[in-house]
Amino acid sequence: MFASYDIDIAWDEMFTADGQPRPHYLPLYERLTNLSAEELYRRQQAADAAFLYQGITFAVYGHGDGTEKIFPYDLIPRIIPAAEWSVIERGLTQRITALNMFLRDVYHEGRILADNVVPRELVYSCAYYRREMRGVRVPRDVYIAIVGTDLVRDADGRFLVLEDNLRVPSGVSYMLVNRQVMKRTFPMLFEGYNVRPIEHYGQALLETLRALDPMQRPDPTIVLLTPGIYNSAYFEHTFLARQMGVQLVEGRDLLVHDNRVYMRTTAGLQRVDVIYRRLDDDFLDPLAFRPDSALGVAGLFNAYRAGNVGLANAIGTGIADDKAIYAYVPRIIRYYLGEDPILPNVETYLACNEADRRYILDNLDKLVIKAVGESGGYGMLVGPHSTREQREEFRRRILAAPRNYIAQPTIMLSRAACFVDGRVEPRHVDLRPYILYGEKIVIVPGGLTRVALRRGSLVVNSSQGGGSKDTWVLND
Amino acid sequence: MLSRVADSLFWMARYLERAEHTARLLDVHLHSALDLTPTAAERRWRRLLLALHSQPPAAGVTPYAITQALTFDMSNSDSIAACITAARDNARQVRERISSEMWEQVNRLYLHVRHTSMDEMWSGEPHLFFRSVKEGVHLFQGITDATLSHDEGWWFIQIGRYLERAMATATLLDVHFCPLEGSDAEMLDYFEWVALLKSCTAFEAYCKVYTASIRPEDVAEFLLLNAEFPRSIRFAADMIQEAAQSIGRSSIRRATARVERLAGRLRAVLDYGQVDEIMTDMHTFLMSIRRMCIQVHDEIYRAYISYPADEALKGEGAL
Repeated sequence: MFASYDIDIAWDEMFTADGQPRPHYLPLYERLTNLSAEELYRRQQAADAAFLYQGITFAVYGHGDGTEKIFPYDLIPRIIPAAEWSVIERGLTQRITALNMFLRDVYHEGRILADNVVPRELVYSCAYYRREMRGVRVPRDVYIAIVGTDLVRDADGRFLVLEDNLRVPSGVSYMLVNRQVMKRTFPMLFEGYNVRPIEHYGQALLETLRALDPMQRPDPTIVLLTPGIYNSAYFEHTFLARQMGVQLVEGRDLLVHDNRVYMRTTAGLQRVDVIYRRLDDDFLDPLAFRPDSALGVAGLFNAYRAGNVGLANAIGTGIADDKAIYAYVPRIIRYYLGEDPILPNVETYLACNEADRRYILDNLDKLVIKAVGESGGYGMLVGPHSTREQREEFRRRILAAPRNYIAQPTIMLSRAACFVDGRVEPRHVDLRPYILYGEKIVIVPGGLTRVALRRGSLVVNSSQGGGSKDTWVLND
Repeated sequence: MLSRVADSLFWMARYLERAEHTARLLDVHLHSALDLTPTAAERRWRRLLLALHSQPPAAGVTPYAITQALTFDMSNSDSIAACITAARDNARQVRERISSEMWEQVNRLYLHVRHTSMDEMWSGEPHLFFRSVKEGVHLFQGITDATLSHDEGWWFIQIGRYLERAMATATLLDVHFCPLEGSDAEMLDYFEWVALLKSCTAFEAYCKVYTASIRPEDVAEFLLLNAEFPRSIRFAADMIQEAAQSIGRSSIRRATARVERLAGRLRAVLDYGQVDEIMTDMHTFLMSIRRMCIQVHDEIYRAYISYPADEALKGEGAL
């Protein structure tokens, strides 16, 4: 089963450098070696059928035909021991606390800008900066209630933060469904492991949203605002609405009257207190932002500013996950908390700094180049895997708009055992834990482990042929 | 409940009912056309198209072309595949509102129909395919009854289903009892009345009431006025009224009174109808049934789904 499993310079989740299973993987390893490839294949088929029949699918953009695909699922779980998890948990709590303080500061006093810790022009030139949010008080001063931070592991096994997704992070439904499917198709793998449960995520999310009711009523009306069935994450929207027992609404179900938000029900209009919106800032309110948006609600921003409705996340949080601001997050943590970052950043070069830019252009073949405002693996150049034409194209783009590009060394993402083509082989993975911030910060022990299913590929995004696997955080 | 959700539940049910109706009619037709002369068969196919409000396909009035157009043609919005796709789209819209089991069943049915090709079906046993569609819809209805709370949303499903059934059955009776002037004007024979009953899965139930002697006025009485048979128009009207009342009870809106009045009138016409009187001008009677169904439909939309927002804000105050 493990015959073709090779260990290279990347950190291997399952094996040490000399090929011994790590202690927390040992029971799983032994169980897998006792299974035949046919047996694994049969269970893989059963899992795939479960995804297809439940319609757990996403839409791939740019394919026009609106095809729905299942998100490829790998049978072999990724295991995180308690000690590693506790570092991740503390590191994320620290980081989210600081980023939230940064957002509050930038939209109010701007101390960090006055003290020249983060360059003013970098913030104001960010595409996600929302001038309209200046001086707007948000409930509990919580801007980023729902976050999904991307972590990677370098060749030494250290966890690094790759991206802070502070706008509308997705994927948490896959974390939950992967666990469900895992329990159904492979219950025996759980034996002897003390895996921490994640099934309370829906409840925790609901508590977080309740905390954002500006009126703090005992039983606020909460809704989840979706762009609709053509959105790639529509399955997730329906899933979360059901987990929480709240209404799933579209923009056309809501209306604003007298700065109050209502939804249209069969029994008349009903007041809405908190909106978990899965819609980008731009599309939220055609009166305040993009006038051509048919997905949003006219007047929503004014209702929000008047303090009559809570929004998760707040508007304008995208500045803090701009990839150029990202480079400053360690400084942001030190500035507000006076602590060293527990989880380090990936080293980052900003094309808008002249010295960095020269370095980037000289090393296009070694670096990963990213557009600052893009996500999902779009607008990205992986230097070592690029062609000469692609590099020239990026050179032109960087010179034309330096503020829009950053570069990072190619990180050898760690590798985890995956069941591919009838064999167990290593594939590169990352980890996206989900952080909730309402009354306090809550992190459900787990996350979405995304897998680059193509051999050697470092791109794990679902839109680029990535898959996922169940992620186990162990109790001590 | 969100108005949009009510709208989706209503149409989900209507589209599934329509798909099942079409599957049933095609199944009966393909079977009974086997013992017919070519001209008689063509006449019957044309009648089937009329019963389903469909245009003859461009490829000609052949069994293959008509079956293709009514079963798999996605450009024909009334084909079985198009109806099931539309039902699934509506179910997707309200996926968090219906039970997981309901969603899985409509999704399975959709995958089954979309993954079957015309040639594969035609060269195999078409009967098995149509049966699988009918059973798929019946299973969905059973799952709905067993897994969804019988609340307002469930009643919107019922009212959609029975409105569709009442109107489709009225059209079907119309093309059988009121042949057009000219070509189609001769009397229907015994086998055609049997085919009509079978098209409503009513043959066995009819025989239990009237024995196997088939008389047109008995057929009309059974399919129009029988209180117990679930595919009769009267049964549908009873269900429509019950659904209208149940929905009205869960709403505080005043506009609901009109829906209940219209549904009550439809029911009264059928509850107190006399088949001999109806038979004197069957066509007019059936058209008035269809018109009343459309009025109920429109009034449901005005009361619960597309009411003007400012009226709701000013007139009654919001919740």
